[in-house]
Amino acid sequence: MPGLGATNGRGGATTTTREMAESDCIVIMGSNFAENHPVGFRFVLQAKNKGARVIHIDPRFTRTSAMATDYIPMRSGTDIAFLGGLIRYMIENNKYFKEYVVQYTNAPFIIKEEFADTEDLDGIFSGFDEQTRTYDPSSWEYEREEPIKPDNEPTTLTEKIAYEKLLGRPKRDDTLSHPRCVFQIIKKHYSRYTPEMVSEITGTPVEDFLKVAEALAENSTPERTSTFVYAMGWTQHTYGVQCIRAGAILQGLLGNMGRRGGGILALRGHANVQGATDHPTLYHILPGYLDMPSAEKNHDTLEDYLKDVTTPTGWWVNYPKYMVSLLKAWFGDAATPENDFGYNYLPKNLGNHSHYSIFRDAYAGIVKGMMVVGQNPAVGGQNATFHRKALANLDWLVVRDPFLIETATFWYDAPEVKSGQVKTEDIKTEVFYLPSAVFAETGGSFTNTSRMMQMKEKAADPPGDCRSDLSFTYELGKRLKELYKDSTLKRDWAIKNLTWDHYEPVPQEPFKIHEPNEEALIKEINGYDTKTGKPVAGFAELKDDGSTACGNWIYSGVMPEEGKNLAANREGDDYTYLNWGFAWPANRRLLYNRASARPDGKPWSERKKYVWWDEKEGKWTGYDIPDFAVNKAPDTKPKMDGIGLDAHSGADPFIMLPDGVMQLFAPLADGPLPTHYEPVDTPVENKLYSKQPHNPATLYYDVPDNELHGIANSDYPYVITTYRVTEHHLSGAMTRWLPWLAELMPELFLEISPELAQKLDLESGDYAVIETSRGQIEARALVTRRMRPFKLGDQFIHQVGMPIHWGYAGVVKGSVPNELSAIVGDPNVTIHESKAFTCNVRKGRIKQGVV
Amino acid sequence: MAQLESKKGMFVDTSVCTGCKACETACKEWNELPMNPDFGFTGNSYDNTGRLSGENWRHVKFVEDFSEDRSEQRWMFLSDSCKHCQLAGCMEVCPVNAIVRTEFDTVYIDHETCIGCGYCITGCPFGVIDIGKLTGTANKCTLCYDRLQVGQQPACAQTCPTDSIQFGDVDELMLKAKDREKFLRDNGDSKAQIYGDSDILGGLNVFYLLQDEPEKYGLPSNPQLPQKNMVGGYWSSILSFVAAGFISLLSFRSRRLSKDEQESSDISV
Repeated sequence: MPGLGATNGRGGATTTTREMAESDCIVIMGSNFAENHPVGFRFVLQAKNKGARVIHIDPRFTRTSAMATDYIPMRSGTDIAFLGGLIRYMIENNKYFKEYVVQYTNAPFIIKEEFADTEDLDGIFSGFDEQTRTYDPSSWEYEREEPIKPDNEPTTLTEKIAYEKLLGRPKRDDTLSHPRCVFQIIKKHYSRYTPEMVSEITGTPVEDFLKVAEALAENSTPERTSTFVYAMGWTQHTYGVQCIRAGAILQGLLGNMGRRGGGILALRGHANVQGATDHPTLYHILPGYLDMPSAEKNHDTLEDYLKDVTTPTGWWVNYPKYMVSLLKAWFGDAATPENDFGYNYLPKNLGNHSHYSIFRDAYAGIVKGMMVVGQNPAVGGQNATFHRKALANLDWLVVRDPFLIETATFWYDAPEVKSGQVKTEDIKTEVFYLPSAVFAETGGSFTNTSRMMQMKEKAADPPGDCRSDLSFTYELGKRLKELYKDSTLKRDWAIKNLTWDHYEPVPQEPFKIHEPNEEALIKEINGYDTKTGKPVAGFAELKDDGSTACGNWIYSGVMPEEGKNLAANREGDDYTYLNWGFAWPANRRLLYNRASARPDGKPWSERKKYVWWDEKEGKWTGYDIPDFAVNKAPDTKPKMDGIGLDAHSGADPFIMLPDGVMQLFAPLADGPLPTHYEPVDTPVENKLYSKQPHNPATLYYDVPDNELHGIANSDYPYVITTYRVTEHHLSGAMTRWLPWLAELMPELFLEISPELAQKLDLESGDYAVIETSRGQIEARALVTRRMRPFKLGDQFIHQVGMPIHWGYAGVVKGSVPNELSAIVGDPNVTIHESKAFTCNVRKGRIKQGVV
Repeated sequence: MAQLESKKGMFVDTSVCTGCKACETACKEWNELPMNPDFGFTGNSYDNTGRLSGENWRHVKFVEDFSEDRSEQRWMFLSDSCKHCQLAGCMEVCPVNAIVRTEFDTVYIDHETCIGCGYCITGCPFGVIDIGKLTGTANKCTLCYDRLQVGQQPACAQTCPTDSIQFGDVDELMLKAKDREKFLRDNGDSKAQIYGDSDILGGLNVFYLLQDEPEKYGLPSNPQLPQKNMVGGYWSSILSFVAAGFISLLSFRSRRLSKDEQESSDISV
């Protein structure tokens, strides 16, 4: 998540589910924790039983609200207004944690004179290009001292690149009074987010808003901590990354980051989302959050690339070591300094190749074939009808899933085929369905929300030809390598030299179907010495000269010795359970935990002590692995010409970031500070920025039948939000086929308040038609006071909601809710906006209904 | 009754139940219960199970308790099942003794013996028992008798992610529940109350900590054994038996008297 990464240095959750139990105030916002993460929620209940406040801020009263001490209603899509209001409250009422803010954040840093805020430019920051709808962030930079370069000659590639890029130190004002210091810029930026303004935008009553503000202020002190929990309710907006940023800024101001019971928990949508991101299944990064090389930048040679992506100060100075070690892991002996370790054989990005761009390109005939593994875009993609149109334009499609899901059957089973609008014979796509094993039929591991990798045991062989994704990928690679083995073409170098043989399956008693060699795979991820073949103890041992190989540096240390897999550890204890599983990085549970101690190394309070400086031993110690150089004393001065961590003092806890402090002000694609914008479909004007209703950098997709509703469109007067329920998972691909789960939530339903239901003459159980410019579906009405109208000034806004789990195949079927939403993207990560858009609702059924 | 090993049961703490229904699914999975043939959307909150039945031995109730202006708003959940009563009406009415008390002091229906007559359905004051649509016999929660026999806890208790369902010795669980009740009351939950202490049918081995009156959850506040409803009937039967007996005794007596008279007369003769 770039929201957390830009602020703190790493994209992962800063805390763990277990740590919830240590918190004094848990704010759950943009998440239905109890329903969608029921197992982790036990720790929230433990905190509540110890007297913690549990605050749920949400448009709907959900199973999470039912368990909270306070439920706070808020109109969908107005999170930044709410959080901005909290930021203003803490500053105006002097409730922020002053010492933490001055020492551990960039609040004192001074920004260039050219910078102009949204308050100056009515909704946009300086540097915006109207033509390209993108920002040039150069005016957002710090004012800096003259750089001091080291005298000595660099001896390694890492030093060479760092010396060349070294910048002067940022200018600062520790009194926080300079008008261009980050603190004053933030103060001005949120000055109009008063409780009354927040209430008019969000529909939250003023007293409810103040209740949250007061609870947070009371519980964010040296003695007490508050934590924030979010999920898709923050992310799935055209300003999703900035919602997370707003929460992170608030946690910085309150001094909750890196502290016991504090931080931000990013709840992941399924068992291994964190692992999938780490290793990764994303187009723009390589394993361990290394950048994918790009054809749009000067990434021509390895050194060009490293110069662009490496920061000279902070932990990322080590970037070259991780990149070279990754190339060694992939290409083995063929990767040499002479051939840039095979760097040039990596594909380069030509632009945005995210999910929606791939489907746009499939529709346009640019993408010819597709492998869909563990995904169900025919019903799970936003504007699902468009997704099926794109699938229908492919030459070939491979679908791997345990059940015959809608993506595999769209060509004969989709609503448009059933209704005759599209004829099966006109769809030329050749579809291959390959059945896959389910989780209990494979070994492997999950990396959970707490960044913790845990091995799991296989219980049974998969039936018939079902195979794990790992088996399939291994076999596919083996066959491709065989096909290319005699090629003399330069472009085939990568596939020919890809290290593969070490994955060869080893017999696993008592099973008949044997998985690729897990131990070899984990050893490769951990990293090893290329001469001796011995595993490295951790990422500190990785080198930039080709003498080490490492498949994913952030997991380095998971197998510190041959055969010793820490992810298989199963020894629990009462608190940080360091001998249970392996949490990246280096088995640290709370990130930035140096901040749990004061600048002088002593705990902020006895009650919240976690990691502290042991004067006698001369090292950091505590309940966790210190997220800090273990022998670096708190009074260590920064080296003025230092690179990497040498540039940081002994009191700079955010070691990944260039300046060692949290970036309250941080450049992203849509600005350095979160700003309230309305969704692209919205019932109201932007009350703060009349000229700029939406995020100016929003990514729009020019694809058919994807019209947006704009502001206060009378054809689509109601706000709608989509979500999940406990009983089903995502598009239902794994749950609608299981009778025991299917019967628990058998039909698609629309949650609607009695106030709106009365207006529309709807009763519980009636069929309702829900329409947008993108599509039309039907659902059963569930009339409930858990839904409510929102009062925005003099205006009432009605909101409805529905789960996303249905489709046209399975034991239980129904309309596809994702037909309703639009394809549109956040400028940082291209996430869609399914949490807040507009629709119309009427009583009745649709003609081509599939129910 | 078999030799009592210990008195086992469950403490269902509704104050930490999140209504996730993992218990319902675990129950069906372990006991291999089929999908309910009548399944469908009910429109009643998130409850599409509806009631305990032959196919659903566990049922999570969803109680939406909202005032019109939403100044009072609660959504309460309760995972319902057989209570394994100390005074079990079902056991008493079963004409073939198919319902037995196990060594764990739980109430168990023996399907080999059950004739599917359905008397136990009317015998249960909680509406727990139903004739299974596939088995044709009476069905209900066994407290996972087969798991208990091998030292395991019931599937629902093992699955519950928030320890809302806790399995163990009833006496120990009751102490825990009382502590919890006090904690909730001390923290403003003034209606927190235990349902199923000895005041109800001699004690329920599966008992509840509720956050409001039992009626809010659809539980009877003072459930009665079926026999109690027939107290009048019993007395009249007993009286008529007594009366009949008395009359026959009288007739015996008169016969004996006449015989005695005869005998005595014989003697006297």
